[in-house]
Amino acid sequence: MPADMIKSSDMTAVSAPRTDKSVDVRAALKGVEHQPGAPKPDPIVVADGIVRRFGGLTAVDVEHVEIQRGVITALIGPNGAGKTTFFNLLTGFDSPDAGAWSFSGKGLKGMPAYKVARLGMVRTFQLTKVLARLTVMENMRIGATGQSGESLWQAMFAPLWRGQEKRNTERAMDLLRRFKLDTKKDDFAGSLSGGQRKLLEMARALMVEPELVMLDEPMAGVNPALKQSLLGHVKSLREDGMTVLFVEHDMDMVRDISDWVIVMAQGKIIAEGPPDAVMSDQRVIDAYLGAHHDAELSTEDEEAILAAAEAETGATEGKSSHG
Amino acid sequence: MDWQDMLSSSLQQGLGPTAIVYCLAAIGLNVHFGYTGLLNFGQAGFMAVAGYSMASIVTTWGLSLWLGVAVGLLLTVGLALLLGVPTLRLRADYLAIVTIAAAEIIRQVVGSVSLLKYFGGLDGLQAFNAQFAALNPFDKPTGIDGVVMWRPYDFWVVVVGWTLVVISCLIVFLLMRSPWGRVLKSIREDEDAVRSLGKNVYSYKMQSLVIGGLFGALAGFMTALRNAAISPAGFATDVTFFAYAVLLLGGAARVLGPVVGSIIFWFMLTFLDLFFSQATRGADPLIPASIMTTSQASLIRLIFLGLALMLLMIYRPQGIFGDRRELAIDAR
Ligand SMILES: Nc1ncnc2c1ncn2[C@@H]1O[C@H](COP(=O)(O)OP(=O)(O)OP(=O)(O)O)[C@@H](O)[C@H]1O
Ligand SMILES: [Mg+2]
Repeated sequence: MPADMIKSSDMTAVSAPRTDKSVDVRAALKGVEHQPGAPKPDPIVVADGIVRRFGGLTAVDVEHVEIQRGVITALIGPNGAGKTTFFNLLTGFDSPDAGAWSFSGKGLKGMPAYKVARLGMVRTFQLTKVLARLTVMENMRIGATGQSGESLWQAMFAPLWRGQEKRNTERAMDLLRRFKLDTKKDDFAGSLSGGQRKLLEMARALMVEPELVMLDEPMAGVNPALKQSLLGHVKSLREDGMTVLFVEHDMDMVRDISDWVIVMAQGKIIAEGPPDAVMSDQRVIDAYLGAHHDAELSTEDEEAILAAAEAETGATEGKSSHG
Repeated sequence: MDWQDMLSSSLQQGLGPTAIVYCLAAIGLNVHFGYTGLLNFGQAGFMAVAGYSMASIVTTWGLSLWLGVAVGLLLTVGLALLLGVPTLRLRADYLAIVTIAAAEIIRQVVGSVSLLKYFGGLDGLQAFNAQFAALNPFDKPTGIDGVVMWRPYDFWVVVVGWTLVVISCLIVFLLMRSPWGRVLKSIREDEDAVRSLGKNVYSYKMQSLVIGGLFGALAGFMTALRNAAISPAGFATDVTFFAYAVLLLGGAARVLGPVVGSIIFWFMLTFLDLFFSQATRGADPLIPASIMTTSQASLIRLIFLGLALMLLMIYRPQGIFGDRRELAIDAR
């Protein structure tokens, strides 16, 4: 499957020659230590001391993290770990209480979201945001950057933008075909199914021709057969020289396509490494299943926990820490 | 019952200066609300600023009417920026609150006693339209005999007004089929999605507010010219709401929606008025006085119009021109 995907991939501007480049970029991760915040040889994103609080809750508290250029990085973690919030912070959709971060060496602090996107850092949303009362094709076209017809002065004179519009339409059509949405191109995006919306959003993000594409749960609700071919697409993005950062709960997918995995829990980064190493990491298993998942609690332990809980709440209904 | 007279009088209103004013105002609201999703509840404010600029430049400062038009357009842009800067970054409802308040402030200011010598207080300004009237090529009543007939000046207003409407519709059409218009429609659907694709949403909303406001300014000029007089009473809050009714009736986000909406709205309003007044008049009225008296008749038309709008929203919520397919999507 991936082989024919790669052949048909002509959608990115950065059409890197099919050398061992992608193997090389992955090899660069070999020497990186398996520790949270590990420095990478060629980071595209570097974030330091990012903190975001919602009232008393600290949703994100990342000391240091680097995303390697040209590889597929997965960001995983249990529900409520702060992954989406971290995405929002990086892309300018939310601002942190503290911290600094950069993209390709350019500081992004305080930069509005649309400028971040123009720099080449484009994200999708966990709760899909399709433009419901526009057609699928219009949804795609709007993703294209540098459209002269988007300036008020040129908009009224169609000859000034028609050629560009035609080229964008062709590129959009290519992408739609890859995502199996070409037959839907004239339907309203609002009439698509949940999974189709995910696909459309991803295709639309690629219209921007980003350097780094950040996907928030791209596979949620996509059927297994299409999932396989999407995995192929994501891999082909890497072949094209794009960097991919994605959030996903499907561990098979993470194992299959990611070169590097970053694990978040309760706002912090608790582990990093290649997929296999991370998934056998005790800290990760604990984070997902709770610290006591495999240790039988002795009666004394239980009593101790109960006592502690009661002391804390002062009520009879103290919550124990059973996972 | 003189049906012939009722119908022709209604048509006269449906095609007349008042319909033109509301049509232009609704074209502006169409840009704001229909295409961009901006809730401007102060279109009357934009109209007042433009109309009063034009009138007061002539009567108070003794300058040219055309200079007044230019100043009016300029101040309208200024008002749009003033309202947009603090609110367009916030949620949609803030713009609604600020515009409705601003329109009311403007109306109170031009009507205030302390500015009487500039804006004429509650009586407003008159006799500023000489330059406009001088261009009038018509010297006798014009129209279609037995159907519609306007006095020469009124017909001149109608001709200029509908010309402005045609030009405005053309501009809206050209803008909305372009990539620029696509960005506006996308903002209406989901701002954040548009932002994530590298578009400066704030700037586009501002452009939309200014352009829609300028159509409102044209409506303001026509308001002043149609009676050759301007007063605060012509810019009350209900002007904006009538313009919204016109827009929703015709169909939002449709180029010709405001045109069709305005003609039908004023036709209906006049027809209902005439019908009820005739039906309650005379020795043996169609509707007995025990049900409705003549004095109640003039009010009942608004009740019926409201009822008609409610039925429209229930059975044809997309308006006359709207696309049913689009509405099905909202239900999801
Ligand atoms: N706008 C907000 N206001 C208050 N709390 C918030 C807000 N957004 C997120 N949170 C909280 O921050 C924490 C992290 O949320 P976030 O959406 O980032 O989780 P996540 O890792 O993406 O989870 P999931 O895998 O379920 O999508 C959660 O506890 C959530 O309740
Ligand atoms: Mg999330």
